[in-house]
Amino acid sequence: MIVESKLDPTQAGFRQTVDAGDYFIKVLNQGQTLRILDLEGNQAADTLFFSAADPSERYSAMDTLREQGNVYLTAGSRLRSNLNRVMLDVVADTCGRHDTLGGACATESNTVRYDLEKRCMHACRDSWMLAVAEHPEFGIAKKDIGHNINFFMNVPVTEQGGLTFEDGISAPGKYVELTACMDVVVLISNCPQLNNPCNGYNPTPIEVLIWD
Amino acid sequence: MIEHVAYETSIPGGGHWSLRLRRGTALRMTDVEGGANVGMVMFNPESLLERYNAPDTLKGQHTFKLTRGHCLYSDMGRTMASIMEDSVGWHETVCGNSHADQVAQRWGKRDYQNDRNDWHQNGTDAFLVELAKYGLGRADLPANINWFSRVFTDAEGNMQLDESNSASGSQVTLRFDMDVLVMLHTCPHPLSRAESYPARPVHVEIGLAAPMRDDDICLNHCEENARAFRNNALYYLGAERGCL
Repeated sequence: MIVESKLDPTQAGFRQTVDAGDYFIKVLNQGQTLRILDLEGNQAADTLFFSAADPSERYSAMDTLREQGNVYLTAGSRLRSNLNRVMLDVVADTCGRHDTLGGACATESNTVRYDLEKRCMHACRDSWMLAVAEHPEFGIAKKDIGHNINFFMNVPVTEQGGLTFEDGISAPGKYVELTACMDVVVLISNCPQLNNPCNGYNPTPIEVLIWD
Repeated sequence: MIEHVAYETSIPGGGHWSLRLRRGTALRMTDVEGGANVGMVMFNPESLLERYNAPDTLKGQHTFKLTRGHCLYSDMGRTMASIMEDSVGWHETVCGNSHADQVAQRWGKRDYQNDRNDWHQNGTDAFLVELAKYGLGRADLPANINWFSRVFTDAEGNMQLDESNSASGSQVTLRFDMDVLVMLHTCPHPLSRAESYPARPVHVEIGLAAPMRDDDICLNHCEENARAFRNNALYYLGAERGCL
């Protein structure tokens, strides 16, 4: 569902560009709104959320999809935790559909999906591992890394039970906006994947904006 | 597929169990009455941080459903188990588990005092109990498989549980491709709208798996599976010579 935001980027209290292959980690307080902006189009932003008070409560793809009864995320989706509590609401979306079934790329899964000799190509999970290693203050470790959202990624599920990775439906300037219903840690890997069309074989920067 | 059944048991509806099984063993589950649901997660007992990973499993094999020929991948690029036999055709791995408040709302609260072991256990708490036995907690729980349960979508992505997916006598057989710590429960599927708490028993047979051959259904299902098996072979290199 396409819903445009009324928020003015020039009024945002925080703005940061995140290059492909880099991570972003920051607390988003209850009531604050986060925008993830696909600057050049067809990018995938692999995103996790944790309760800032206790990271063992985290975004749960299963609880989110089951409770909304639909396999795609868009405006109106309520992002739920593993305790089935609402963590964030998707309040605006100019892309129309986001994936949370495909998970993140990892060097290990890259060997399975593409080639054993591609194990040293940079991957989202490595960005997360670096993030949690460099930021012990959030208390997040590998065990806490659950199943993420792939903002801007297009992974259609067929009625026959198939699942495909298709060319992104995002474009330059498309964005998604979320309002926090509790204090959360946002952890994003701006996907470096070079082997599939999720980011058009050309990883590009995103911008993160936050309004109070 | 199971060369020699060494152990058999029945898990009543609303039950849970965990056990370590070695590489090369097999487990067959039978839906005794029809309409069963078995929640399952797997861990590598050598490193409990290596787990069954539903997204890697689905995207690696380009599937939303699980059935014969599919491997169940860990997050470390290995196959933990292979689905060798399946009379059902569709098992789901995206809906997670029921929670205590949902079960209470639908069928009445969990009440051991009155119901004894026919209490209304929920999938989440069943897993939390098993996880805690190994020093694990809620943070360690990945997306589970719901065996015997089919959740399908329409063109818009709306999901629906097929309440008549699994008939009495339905079976699915797994071969373990790694040593695994298996946790399972027989609590209702979280989307079940049965009129009363669906306590469906599941019969379990465990034994040695037939040796893997070159024409193995899971090995040859797709190139991704073949590469996952190569990662397994590296992981166990030397094991046959007793290099433990």
